[in-house]
Amino acid sequence: MHPILSHPRQMLLYLVLWIPLTALLGYLFRASGYSVQEVAILLGVLAPLYALMCLLAWYPCRATPLQRAGSVRIAATLTAAAVVIAGTWMFFAMIYVSVLESFESLRGLASHAGMYRMIFGMGLLLYLVWAAYYYVLLTMEASRQLELRATEARVLARDSELRALKAQINPHFIFNSLHSISALTTVDATRAREMCITLADFLRATLGLGQKTIIPLSEELDLVHRYLTVEKIRFGSRLMIEEKVDDVAVDCVIPPLILQPLVENAIQHGVAHLPEGACIRLSITAKDDRLTIAMENNFDPEIKPKKRSGIGLANVRERIAIRYGDAANFQAAADGDLFRVNISLPAARSIA
Amino acid sequence: MNGEPKLRVVIVDDEELARQVLRELAGAHPELEIVAECANGFEAVKAITELKPDLVFLDVQMPKLDGFEVLELTGTNMAIVFATAHDGHALKAFEVHAVDYLLKPFGAERFERALQRARKRIGSPPPPLTQLALAVRPPGQYLDRVVVRDGTRVHIIPTSKLEYVEAQDDYIAIASEGRRYLKQQTISSLEESLDPKCFLRVHRSYIVNLEQVTNIEPYGKDSKVAILKNGTRLPVSRAGYDRLRSVLESR
Repeated sequence: MHPILSHPRQMLLYLVLWIPLTALLGYLFRASGYSVQEVAILLGVLAPLYALMCLLAWYPCRATPLQRAGSVRIAATLTAAAVVIAGTWMFFAMIYVSVLESFESLRGLASHAGMYRMIFGMGLLLYLVWAAYYYVLLTMEASRQLELRATEARVLARDSELRALKAQINPHFIFNSLHSISALTTVDATRAREMCITLADFLRATLGLGQKTIIPLSEELDLVHRYLTVEKIRFGSRLMIEEKVDDVAVDCVIPPLILQPLVENAIQHGVAHLPEGACIRLSITAKDDRLTIAMENNFDPEIKPKKRSGIGLANVRERIAIRYGDAANFQAAADGDLFRVNISLPAARSIA
Repeated sequence: MNGEPKLRVVIVDDEELARQVLRELAGAHPELEIVAECANGFEAVKAITELKPDLVFLDVQMPKLDGFEVLELTGTNMAIVFATAHDGHALKAFEVHAVDYLLKPFGAERFERALQRARKRIGSPPPPLTQLALAVRPPGQYLDRVVVRDGTRVHIIPTSKLEYVEAQDDYIAIASEGRRYLKQQTISSLEESLDPKCFLRVHRSYIVNLEQVTNIEPYGKDSKVAILKNGTRLPVSRAGYDRLRSVLESR
């Protein structure tokens, strides 16, 4: 999308800016000895023509953005484009002048020394001025986009925090856990107390995570372990967990509440529907600058997923996409009676 | 001691600790006799149909069959007390004439009250079953599976595999993958709970899965016959043919 052609107000501004530029050109022509009438005839055609041609300067600028292209490439592209455009303008000027020469009264236009050199030089200069203008527009647009993405990420993170909190307060988790605790108080008071404490630890940790944009994987794993400890008391032997985490991986950083929703999903839609229970297998590896999180769980394929399911997964997917863009990969799919989630992220080791 | 009659109780919950709570609370009442504890819907259907208890404590969200599907298959010829962490099912529980709705976590006091209500209910006639089947459907949603009981065995038929339904007096016969399952329900109440985009009443006694229809041929002077993928021929009434045509044309 051309920023000027596609916006009428930008187009108007562009044309208005050409008025002083044309005046400057006129002044230079006057200074090299042209009469007012000659300047008007020359620039009346050549200035609007060049105004149109300079619209083309947008394309090389867009192709070599400041943030991504190297300075050498930018310089080379700009120079080449400037020479081509200014040269073409000079060529048109030559044709125009030769046409004008055929009129009696305009003889001698071409006799002024260095006219084409001046046209070419001014052409180069004006082209570069417009290229700079486009770069300013591009930078403004890029920072606007950046701001937008940052806002989006903030909103989503906030959203997931609320959702995570709500999930903890929902009947599935909190009330059932309290019910289990109340059952334990008479049969095993020590375990009842332990479960109370684990539940409190989990809630406190979840509350604290909302403010952070990134945490060490070890911290997220702690949260998941507390969550699983509580659920393990509820589901007993029906909930089985296999976990394999690389030693190097625990130092990597990830956005908070990426793993926990996956595990929660596995329990709500897997374990809770299977009388014999299910196994959740979590494997996290860090290799070649990639952090890979792979999780799978059994589920009952006969039960149609309810529409509400997958909101947690969608939220995780979205937050990863916003934070890492194309550098991350998220896959979730059912395979027979196994549900698999695979996440691949750039492995970053420190909190930036 | 012998002033009150003995009540036979079934406890249904997929969580061991939740069953533990009920076992303990019931244990304080010598007149209650726990005849079965079930960890899923299948076990519950089996226990309730075989043991015919007076009182059932029933969780809603369970593996295989949920609490309401269990009742659809066993009928409600007993006092039902729901025990769940969800407050969202209370209205539906009321519709199936549950005597009480215990929200987890609950204690002895709340349990007593549920028990009192249950005692009052025991012995009164059960609500008709078709109404029950209707109540099982969430409003605005259609069934994605039909549950059928065959003795103490339970069959779950996904509606996508349901080929056609035939009315037989008070029963319906559901045809799916070469088998026919009998269920005590009226064809009209089932028709209401099936997605009208997929299922059509083609005859007073027949509902057909539109995916299964391969051909419609004239039959006799005034009627037609629908031919299904498996070769079954189903009568199509004149009104049924009009409905069928308008549905197939709008696709």
